[in-house]
Formats: sequence, C-alpha cells, structure tokens
Amino acid sequence: MSLGLRLIFRSHKLEVRDARRALPLLLEQSSASSSQLPGTAPGLMACRCVSASPPYSGRQSHGPAGRSLRQEEEGPGPAPGPRGALGAARGRAAPVLGEHKKLSASGESLASFRSKPAALRITVTLGQRESRTVPEPVSREEEKLIQQELNSLKATVSAPTTTLKMMKECMVRLIYCEMLGYDASFGYIHAIKLAQQGNLLEKRVGYLAVSLFLHESHELLLLLVNTVVKDLQSTNLVEACMALTVVSQIFPREMIPAVLPLIEDKLQHSKEIIRRKAVLALYKFHLIAPNQVQHIHIKFRKALCDRDVGVMAASLHIYLRMIKENSSGYKDLTGSFVTILKQVVGGKLPVDFNYHSVPAPWLQIQLLRILGLLGKDDQRTSELMYDVLDESLRRAELNHNVTYAILFECVHTVYSIYPKAELLEKAAKCIGKFVLSPKINLKYLGLKALTYVVQQDPSLALQHQITIIECLDHPDPMIKREVLGEYSYLLDKEKPEEVISRLYKLLRNQSVSSETKAWLIAAVTKLTARAQASDTVERLIEEFSASLDTCMRQHAFELKHLHENVAVMRSLLPVSKSCEDMVVDASLSFLDGYVAEGLSQGAAPYKPHHQRQEEKLSQEKVLNFEPYGLSFSSSGFTGRQSPAGISLGSDVSGNSAETGLKEANGLKLEGVKKLWGKEGYLPRKESAAGQEVEAPPGAPGISASENLDRVAARRTQAQALTQSKEEKEKQLLASSLFVGLGSESAISLLGKADTVSHKFRRKSKVKEAKSGEASSAHNLTCSSLDSLSNTACEDNAYLTTLQDGEDAKSKDFPLSSELSDSESLSELPLAEKLSDFSLSAPSLFADSDMEIFQPLSSAAASVTTDTTSASCFLEETTEDTCSGCVEVCSDETVSVSSYKLWKDDCLLMVWSVSSKSGSEVKGANLDIFPAQNFKISTEDFGKLWLSFANDVKQNIKISESQAALPSALKTLQQKLRLHVVDIQGDEGLLACRLLPSTSSLLHCRVHGDGLALWFRSSCPALLDYLSCQCQKAMEGS
Amino acid sequence: MIKFFLMVNKQGQTRLSKYYEHVDINRRTLLETEVIKSCLSRSSEQCSFIEYKDFKLIYRQYAALFIVVGVNDTENEMAIYEFIHNFVEVLDEYFSRVVSLLTEEW
Repeated sequence: MSLGLRLIFRSHKLEVRDARRALPLLLEQSSASSSQLPGTAPGLMACRCVSASPPYSGRQSHGPAGRSLRQEEEGPGPAPGPRGALGAARGRAAPVLGEHKKLSASGESLASFRSKPAALRITVTLGQRESRTVPEPVSREEEKLIQQELNSLKATVSAPTTTLKMMKECMVRLIYCEMLGYDASFGYIHAIKLAQQGNLLEKRVGYLAVSLFLHESHELLLLLVNTVVKDLQSTNLVEACMALTVVSQIFPREMIPAVLPLIEDKLQHSKEIIRRKAVLALYKFHLIAPNQVQHIHIKFRKALCDRDVGVMAASLHIYLRMIKENSSGYKDLTGSFVTILKQVVGGKLPVDFNYHSVPAPWLQIQLLRILGLLGKDDQRTSELMYDVLDESLRRAELNHNVTYAILFECVHTVYSIYPKAELLEKAAKCIGKFVLSPKINLKYLGLKALTYVVQQDPSLALQHQITIIECLDHPDPMIKREVLGEYSYLLDKEKPEEVISRLYKLLRNQSVSSETKAWLIAAVTKLTARAQASDTVERLIEEFSASLDTCMRQHAFELKHLHENVAVMRSLLPVSKSCEDMVVDASLSFLDGYVAEGLSQGAAPYKPHHQRQEEKLSQEKVLNFEPYGLSFSSSGFTGRQSPAGISLGSDVSGNSAETGLKEANGLKLEGVKKLWGKEGYLPRKESAAGQEVEAPPGAPGISASENLDRVAARRTQAQALTQSKEEKEKQLLASSLFVGLGSESAISLLGKADTVSHKFRRKSKVKEAKSGEASSAHNLTCSSLDSLSNTACEDNAYLTTLQDGEDAKSKDFPLSSELSDSESLSELPLAEKLSDFSLSAPSLFADSDMEIFQPLSSAAASVTTDTTSASCFLEETTEDTCSGCVEVCSDETVSVSSYKLWKDDCLLMVWSVSSKSGSEVKGANLDIFPAQNFKISTEDFGKLWLSFANDVKQNIKISESQAALPSALKTLQQKLRLHVVDIQGDEGLLACRLLPSTSSLLHCRVHGDGLALWFRSSCPALLDYLSCQCQKAMEGS
Repeated sequence: MIKFFLMVNKQGQTRLSKYYEHVDINRRTLLETEVIKSCLSRSSEQCSFIEYKDFKLIYRQYAALFIVVGVNDTENEMAIYEFIHNFVEVLDEYFSRVVSLLTEEW
C-alpha cells in the first residue's frame, strides 16, 4: 500500500506524462460536469485503485476491445493476453497472498500493523473471494473482517502514540472500507488533522481522504478552511496545488469569501497548473454560489486567452455554464471561440493533446456546445461559425469513435443554431454514416442525432427511414426507444398498419421489458391516430386491458378510449404538428394579473432562489460569521472595534489586538492574508494599500485616522482606475487568442535570445536574396526587443483578429494598438552610433535581449525611392502577422519607415531607410534607449501603484558608501535612468517607463545594510528584469 | 455532467468509486449493485449506454472489470465512452510503472 501511494504522489505532480496531457484536460471537462476537480482525478482514482488491489501488470494485450485492462486478478509478471489473464486468474490466490505479505513486510510504515493479522488478512481474503462463485457467505465473512479491521483502526487513530505516518496508512485503509460500504466516520476528523499537520505526502493523503469522506455541507469541513487558507499562501507549489484541488472538490459555501481573493491571485500565477486549478476552483464557486464570483467575470476572459491550453480549456467550463444561463451576455466572445476551435481543428495544439491522433477531442466538443448555445436563434452570431462547423464536419474523417463523438456534437450544433441549408444537408449526410454503421453504439448515436434533424426538417430524415424501421427489430431496447419516440410519424412510405403489427409483435415478445412496452404502446397510440380502423389495435387493446402490469393496462385503456373517439384522438395527436415545438410561456406572463393582485393585497414580493437562500443563511448560521462582514462595513477600518472583527491588517503579523480577536471568533485564521467585506471581497490592491500606509510604523506626523482616510480615498480612486484599465485590457485579450501555443514561455526574458537570433539570421538571408532580386537598396536594421515579446504577442493577437475580420467588436482595438506602436517608434531615437549602443548599454535592454541585424552591404546595390519597398519583403512573410508599413520620419534626403513582424517567439521590428536623393545609402546605425521622460508626481505614483497588479519584492545588500538612501537612489538614477519621484524619510519612490504606456514603479526603503525594493508594473515580465537590473546596478557600484 | 465514476468487477465488488455529487454511503452500495446488474444483463449486441433512473450509464468492459460512468442527459455518450478508454490508457501508463517499481524493491 505504501508503495502504491508513493506512486500516486508522483502522479500528483500532475504534469502527467506528456503523452497523456489529454487526460487532465478531459478530466477537467468531466469536472465540468461534475463540479469536482478531476484535474487531479487520475491521482485520486489511481489511489483508490492501488490501495484496493494489487497493481495491474499493465502491459498491453490486444483483446477484442483493443487494449484490455487486466485487473487485480493478475499477479505481476508478463501475461500472454486476455486468455492467459483468465487462466492466470484461476491460480491467482497464491501469488496475491505472497505479494501482499511481501508488500506489508517491506513497507516500514506497516511495521506497526504486523502484529495485527486482521489487516493483512483482509486483502488476502478479498483476493480469494473473487475466485468463488457463491458470493453470499463470503460477503458475511467480509463484513466480519472489515468490522474487525475498523475496530482496530478506531483504536489506532485515537491512540496518542500514533504517528502521522501511521495515520496516513490508516486513512488509506479507511478509504477502502468506505468504498466497500462500511461507515468509517470516526476517522473523518483525523483526516482533517492529517491534512493540517502532515508533511507533503501525509497532507496529500489527508486531503484525499477528506475529499472522499466529506460532502459540501458536512460541518467538519469548516475545520479544513484554515488549513486550506494556509496552504493557498504556501510558496510550495505542491501545497498550493493540493489546496486548490480540495477547494474545487469540496468547500463550504459560506466560507468562500475567506479564500476567494487568494484564489483570484492565483489566476496570475506563473505556473500554468496553478492557474488552471484556480480557474477550476472558481468554476466550483460559480456552481455553488454564482453571485459570489460575479465580479471576476472579466478575469475569466483573461483565463480564456491564457497562453496555456489547459487554463483556456478549464475556463471553457465556466463559459459553458454562464452562456447556458445567459447567452446574450457573451455574444462578443463568439469570434474567440470560433478562432480557438479553428486552431484546435487545424491541429495547432501541441501533440500532447491528441487522443488517437485526434486533436483535443473533448475540448472540441466543449467548444461546439458553447457555439451551439451562442448561435441559437441568432442569425448574426451563427454566421460567424458556419465556416468552422463546415470545417469540423469535413475534418472528422478518421474512423475512430472519438471523431464520431465530435461529429455528433457538430451535428447537434448545426441543428441548434440558425439554420443554413447547406450545412444542414451535410450534417444529415453525416448522420447516415452513423445510422448505417454496424456498430451498435454508433447506431444509437445516429438515431439520437436524427431526433435533432427531425425537429428541424423531417424531409432530411426521410432518406434514413428504412433503416429506422429496421431498427425497430433491433434486440436492444435502448435503440428501439430512440426509434419509437420520434419517428413513428415519419412513415410516409410504409403503411401505419404494417408498423403497428410489427410493434404488436414486439409487444408480445416476452423478453421486452415493461418499460419498453410502455414506449411501444405509446408509439402505437400515435400511429393509430393515422391509421383508420385497425384490427391489430383492437386486438392489442383487448389483450393488454387485462395485463397484470398496471402501467400497461393504463396505456391500453387510454388507447381504447381514444380509439373509440377518433376525432378527439386526432386533435390530441395531430400528425402535422408533431414536429412543432409547443409554445411555452416561460415568463408565465398569464400569471401577472394574479401576482399584481396578490401584491396589492400586501403579499410579499417574490424573491429569487439564491436571494432566499442567502437570507436563510444569514438568519440561521451555525457559526457566527458576522465579524467578516463587519470589519468591512462602509467606514473602512472602523470594523476593528467590532467585538470579533478580523481586521484588514491581518497581513501584518504580530498585531496583538488581532490575535485576541481571532480567539474570540473561535476559528483560527492565522495568516489569513486576504480580506473580504460585506459587498463580497476587497481587491488585493486595497490590502496592499493598507499595508503600504501602515508599513512605516509610527510614521511621524500622520495620525492613524488620517492614514485610514487616505486609504479610503485612494481605494475608490484606485478601483475606478483599475476597473477601466483592466476592463479594456481584458477585452483586448478576450478578442484575441492564445498565440503560438506553448511556443513562447514569456517568463524568461533572457533565455530567448538564442532562438531569436537564430530566427533573425535566417530572415536576413531571405532579405538579402530578395533585395538582390528586387534591387531595392536600403539597409535594413532590425532589432528584436525581446522584452517586448509579451506585449507583442498580445498585439499580434489583436491583429490576427483584425485580419480575420471576424470579431466586429474588436475592430477598435487594433487601431489603438497601432497607435501605440507608432508612438513607440517615434520615441526610439534613430540614427545614433551602433557601437555606442552595445558598449555603453545604459538602458535596461541588456545586449543579450536584442539583436540587431543589418543586411549585407553588398545587397545595397541600387536605389529605390519608394518608401514602401519594405512591402516586398513583407510579401515573403505572409505566414507571419505583420503591421502595415508606417513612415516614421523623413527629410529631403532620407526617409525612415518601419513595420513590425510578429513571429512565434519574437517581435521583429524592421526599419527601412531609403534615400530620396538617389545617392546610395551606405549604412544606418541604430541606438536604442528607453524614453526617460517619465516624470510623475507623488500622487500619481500612488494611484498608479495601486492600479498595478503585478509586483516583485527584492532585498539587496548595499555597501557602506550607499547606505544613505539618496546615494542609492542616485545610483539607480544614473545607471538605469530611473526617475526619482519622491523621497520620504527612509523611503524612496522611483518610476520609469520601459515601454510606451507601460510604466514600472519602484518603492525602496533602506534598513540597516539592506535595501528593500518593491517593484510594480502592469506588465509582469518587466518586473523580474527590472529587479535583476537594479541588483546589477547596485552591486556594480 | 458526470455524476459518478465506478469500477466494478463481475462479482459486483466495487474497485473504485468516485461520486461527484454526494450520495449517502448506504445508498451507494445499493446503487453500485444495481448498476453492475444492469451492465451484466447487456449482451454485446446491445449498445453501451443504459438509462438508469435519472442517469444515463455509459459502460465499458475490460476483461472482468466494468468501468461505468453515470452522467446526466446533457452529456455526449460517445465522448464519455472514449473518455473511459482514455482513462484506462492512462491507468495503463501509471500501473506499468508500479510494476517495475515493485520488482525493483523485491
């Protein structure tokens, strides 16, 4: 057992082996459904599996169903195949026994159990049990054994001498007992404790046990909240993962505010697995308490555009759900979904996502579902997706089950959106493949798909009519059920009487279940309306009126009475109407009068379900959660005076008042970093604001209350600022897509220099050749600003969208990005000495970040005056996205124009310098340094500071000579050209703008021989770089 | 939506269970028995999808082991059917590693 667990732990590292990346994805999809977090489900499941039985020998054997999994019957060692497996099963008892003995003996942790033979015997007995054919007496034996085991476990878990390691073992055993259906509730509390106290592995088992034992409304679950909060703040990736996993599996609804801000933070985490899990946790919250996560909808958009496919896929669950509830609010995302689907279908995802060489099938299905919901009854939106649906129908040629699953979903989508005749026909043709297939599962799927077709246009289904009739004779009642419900009225060619007699034959068939019979008789009833008098029907009525099955008898009587009164029957079951949907007044408008009357008589107005529940919750709480609400009542900090308020300052440790309050509350909330208020939560920046102001304890001159006022004022400002800015940013992101999946990792700035330069070299050769041909004479100077790549990729996406011309709404954005582009160019002074650049490198762009290429001077043979000469270069690179050519500046002799070219891993900036005078341009030199003129006031600094979500902190040791703040600031100013905004006491504020419209702020404080630097920027990639440069600068001096 | 995931052998013993919606422990045993019963009653000519109460069951058999997934009616049956296979393939990967590890330690 211990061995098994060790392995699971490995698998819990969760980046399942590459080839299997499709699974986590898929499992998330299932979580979709399941609302749990199957992201780790393989781990969970595997765990149970291992603990329950000896491991599979696992080598594949090709049985009729492809790979057949041999289960616990086999001992280790190679087996020849399924048959061999069965053979091995017979003589299995002995190896199993031996194996278990060895297992237990080898696991050190089991030492304590050695003296308990019961534990050992269980597995052995269970093993033997399988070989017996009479289960009854064994099950009693099993019960006895399990009870015995449970008793010994009960003693072990409550013994004070039990170590955590032993506890872990106990948990696994308890899980197994529960799985067999025996109550192990005495261990629940210990599972929680294990999650709280154990080391990584023990914690993992503890969390696993908790997620399997408890359910959402279990009161013990509240005891887990503290642990989860602690682990969420852990810097250990695995701990954070575990906490996120458990949150997305089970979490008490009323405690969501306690973790929500922490989880929101994780959306920006640099590790994709954390981001993915955070999205899934938020999905869970959305399922159980939609109004709590309403405010982060915009962040979901960011997740949708995440560069990691897994994160994007996870966000689809939330979108599917939200779109189901209200499709009109997300129409603007249609373009994005279409583009994503296009990329998936086109095989742009990493091959890891392939399942039997079909690219991310479950992801495709999810997207098709979303599109179906979006396009429903909406012609304009539907038009956007016709292309990709057509493509999907065409692509799914591969003869594999999973492509049929996609096809099915595709057909469903085609038939749910605004119809397009051509597509409908294609889809109907596709269904033919299903229905005619000898594979029974496909037949079923085909019939199910036919129901969609029939609802839209019965004539398209007519071609399959014969098959349908044949299916009536099929031995599988599931199939018949599909057939009967929908098609009986389709029968044009065959006479109803014939069908009825066929059905009648079936009805008399003893093997048919009574449920199916009910279906059959319902079908007969439908048909009778069309057939004139029929003997068969009368016979049938006679026969079944005396049926022992009450259900059947009722049906028969119904039929009888209807049959007697044909007129009523026709009006009840009109043939022509059977395809039309009934009109349902969902708004129940006919009740309006009644409601108004009730209201006027003083009745209470209707409250929606969630509102009622909230009120109920607030009235009858098990625990008093009041403090959380109070501490953030509108007056900001005043909540501190409330009896059990947990204060905003919980960030700052060592607050004695707070510790006292914590105790009063009864719940340990140590280290709870994030805060929440009555209105929901308080964004992270605010707590940071609080901290910022509080940071200089006892800062002279400013009284605490003034401090608070300032915070409050800033908060409102910051919020407004953040929102508008973030909103815009995210809308931009939303309209774009993950570009060049996985190929850019954006975190490392320096590591990319190599690939970049490689790319460049190749490109410049092309250029050379081209310029030779076209005799264009200009020196091209290229530089790749690698640190720009982040922004560039986003820009790239906007442009893609523009080119596709799909997302009407996104049209504004490329414009603005264009604008900022030209800005960036004009800000970068040209025509300086190249040599200067590489030597002095005064800027923050280190040499390795940027490479500059010039075409060979031999290429510059002749002269063109055409400023658009760059466009001929452009033509070669059609596969890449590029901006239009923009003239940067010119005078009477020379003109400089530029354009940008986005590659997978870098941004090429191409400047072409052309001579207007007819004389040859011999060369151009380029010097780049950041625009230094970023001067802001202290107040602006404060506002900006609050609006930036990304931050990095760093401590640098400084030498004696720098110990004073001014000298340190001076160093930074001189070496890095940072702008000193303000100096207050031992704190200094600096600002710089490395990229246009991307400011970076730096807050530094001197303490002893160290300098605490705190960077913030709107662009996360810049921060690490800045901090690195600052360190270099400080060390250098 | 997936409601539960079961691995049950022909003898009706649960080998793995995961419920995504809380089911009482007593009702679990009952449900598992009924589920495996309905799976065992199917022949190879019949499709792998069964209606059971409010769920749709999708099952696949590997030797003597049934993997059964209970879903609600919004689910694409074939997608789940293939999902089971994918799951099994992943198990296959995991477990072959277990075996090698076991032999190492012996």
